[in-house]
Amino acid sequence: MFEITEKKKLAHLVYQFKIKAPSIAKKREAGQFVILRMNEHGERIPLTIADSDNEAGTITVIVQEVGRSTMLLSGLDAGDTILDVVGPLGMPTHIENFGRAVCVGGGIGTAVTFPIGAALKEAGNEVISIIGSRTKELLILEEEMRSVSDELLVTTDDGSYGHHGFVTDVLKNLLDDKKKPVDIVIAVGPVPMMRAVAEVTRPYKVKTLASLNPIMVDGTGMCGACRVTIAGEVKFVCVDGPEFDAHDTDFDELIMRNRSYFKEEKTATEEYAYHQGQGGCCDEKKTDA
Amino acid sequence: MIDPKEIRERMKIPKQPMGEQEPMERIKNFYEVPHGYTEEQAIEEARRCIQCKNPLCVDGCPVGIDIPYFIRLIEEGKFIEAARKLKETNGLPAVCGRVCPQEDQCERVCIIGKKGEPVAIGRLEKFAADYEREHGEVTIPNIPKWTGKKVAVVGGGPAGLTAAGDLVKMGHRVTVFEALHTPGGVLMYGIPEFRLPKKIVESEVDYLRKMGVDIQCNSVVGKLDTIDELLSEDYDAVFVGSGAGLPYFMNIPGENLVGVYSANEFLTRVNLMKAFQFPEYDTPVLKGKRVAVIGGGNTAMDAARTALRLCPEEVSIIYRRSREELPAREEEIHHGEEEGLVFRLLHNPIKFTGNDDGRLTAIECVKMELGEPDDSGRRRPIVIEGSEFTLDCDVAILSIGNGANPLIQQTSPDIKTNKWGNITIDQDTGRTSKKGVFAGGDIVRGGSTVILAMGDARRAANSIDEYLKTGQW
Ligand SMILES: Cc1cc2nc3c(=O)[nH]c(=O)nc-3n(C[C@H](O)[C@H](O)[C@H](O)COP(=O)(O)OP(=O)(O)OC[C@H]3O[C@@H](n4cnc5c(N)ncnc54)[C@H](O)[C@@H]3O)c2cc1C
Ligand code: SF4
Ligand code: FES
Repeated sequence: MFEITEKKKLAHLVYQFKIKAPSIAKKREAGQFVILRMNEHGERIPLTIADSDNEAGTITVIVQEVGRSTMLLSGLDAGDTILDVVGPLGMPTHIENFGRAVCVGGGIGTAVTFPIGAALKEAGNEVISIIGSRTKELLILEEEMRSVSDELLVTTDDGSYGHHGFVTDVLKNLLDDKKKPVDIVIAVGPVPMMRAVAEVTRPYKVKTLASLNPIMVDGTGMCGACRVTIAGEVKFVCVDGPEFDAHDTDFDELIMRNRSYFKEEKTATEEYAYHQGQGGCCDEKKTDA
Repeated sequence: MIDPKEIRERMKIPKQPMGEQEPMERIKNFYEVPHGYTEEQAIEEARRCIQCKNPLCVDGCPVGIDIPYFIRLIEEGKFIEAARKLKETNGLPAVCGRVCPQEDQCERVCIIGKKGEPVAIGRLEKFAADYEREHGEVTIPNIPKWTGKKVAVVGGGPAGLTAAGDLVKMGHRVTVFEALHTPGGVLMYGIPEFRLPKKIVESEVDYLRKMGVDIQCNSVVGKLDTIDELLSEDYDAVFVGSGAGLPYFMNIPGENLVGVYSANEFLTRVNLMKAFQFPEYDTPVLKGKRVAVIGGGNTAMDAARTALRLCPEEVSIIYRRSREELPAREEEIHHGEEEGLVFRLLHNPIKFTGNDDGRLTAIECVKMELGEPDDSGRRRPIVIEGSEFTLDCDVAILSIGNGANPLIQQTSPDIKTNKWGNITIDQDTGRTSKKGVFAGGDIVRGGSTVILAMGDARRAANSIDEYLKTGQW
């Protein structure tokens, strides 16, 4: 049993949890993730470790309510427990002093860019961060990202805050600045965003990494649920990744595979909502309570 | 011991049939297929054994169980004693009685089998172990005083659990580190409920815990502590039983379409995560209308029979050789046939095709014929030119074998492995190339059997004990 020591709402439907897991906190490095199982009936869901506190023995994860499992987690509070937490899984981000590094975080993907940005900064990089969301209310970790970046750029799709537009618009401007060449781009966010980033950087031949988020089961290389195609070769994200060269990644395939259980998830979420006595799956008032 | 006249009498007793669920009934549920012997049947079957002086069956048993002895105890109605006798050499008789390929081991060489059907040794083993468990007669042995030594076991499969049980009985402290949320390895995530009810595995694990084995789930060695860290921090020796858990794919087009599973994934979803009870359990699985399982081993048979129980229209096995070469156990093939599995023998897939949503819709196959024998002595399958055809199917399950799990190797490169990534050991002692580290089971053998994994673990436990006593490597 793993105790939740702190819960914080970061944005609409987005929560941050601190979970007591001292041995994971001691070992984890930027880019790694954990797999949680909420209870005996629960599925195993991967979540990136956004931060850790070795002294307190806690790890930080950030979740967005999208389906039954994340709704269940979001409903928990400090003092509640999670049945299983296993990690740290995956390969840590390869950190070195690249020079000028751009971290792109879209939506809740910013939770992953934060530890990577922090590690890059510590390794001596000049860190430019671009974080974006659909609208101002959904933006997360702005202050945290600012604290690890030399420069922070914010975008919203609807223009309610920061630059009106997509992270890729701002990224393109940075790449066009011939005087300050970009050495590496690390993108984490919804798959279409990462695909778009890869397309923007490709003509500039700037090394671009993406942190992939496929469906997983065991997270130890045993099942192959998490397989993706990288430069024509099959890789298991849980053991070979989660970061891969974005220019080599078959994002279309990843999008398709992530929709594998689209129908089943809908059933599950409706079932959950039904048992919660709610009318629909995304009843705002209830989920905020 | 038994006079010739009586031997003749005994040889007239027919093999006791085992009651089982009717095929059309059982494909609608996940309950165990055979019911098991009644006490009377067990005694009658035990009477078929002629108590050979030089029992061939014992030589056929990979761990050398004293088979005539335990059978005699059953004949005498001493069921509990029979179970204890079994446990002297086999820590998991309820498991082995169900999943061992007895027809290739003890029963293959049983003298009675020369003329008729061999003694049903496996069924008797299952009977005794079940009797003991169901009658609450499982007793915890006396554990000797602590030797002051600690052993770490990596992996909670049959190899790891056996090593842990043996070592704790020798007075060492043992911690098992298991990556998944439940110990049991393949017994929990791979072998289906209808062949090995999970409550049996759970009760074996419970027994180990009662003996004092500390089992830490959710602990991936190499990601939390490495083997070096285990050895330098707390432990005097390490046993690695991390299994062969890396599924192979075929490297043919369309393999990543939605609906194409590895057998490991499909079975894990259904067995470990209980997807057959979705949405009561949260993990989904695609049940499919037309399911094709590729491969012909036990895992393929398990995947196919599991798929059948999710009630699609058709489940077929696609295998590139003929029925004769099917590596699965005869009993499994027979059960599969009874349940309506379709066998597409001498077939091989060459491509998976899908729709615009990236979902599997069909497999392109070729037909094969058998040519000259290859290195393994089996006749090599050859493609028949122009035999391509399309098989409609929306779920495909690949069951073409597993490689070694690379997690240990990544962080302990000083443990020598062969070209397939399997750890190399000294056969007699289970020692690896790294001081203080022993290994056994599928991580050493590649895909193998429960009983061989247990045999490895027992040998390794004995030499770990010796190493801990003498300090000599
Ligand atoms: C579907 C299927 C059906 C089978 N049917 C039969 C049968 O009928 N009869 C038979 O005799 N054999 C059968 N087998 C084979 C048999 O199950 C295996 O040979 C046996 O389980 C091997 O035991 P093991 O302990 O070596 O490995 P496993 O059972 O694979 O256990 C290894 C354990 O180690 C854990 N692990 C791996 N890496 C780490 C790590 N780094 N840290 C911590 N833990 C780790 C894994 O999670 C796993 O739980 C079958 C196999 C499959 C897949
Ligand atoms: S070989 Fe057969 S008859 Fe002889 S002891 Fe073994 S089980 Fe009994
Ligand atoms: S999640 Fe099973 S292999 Fe990656």
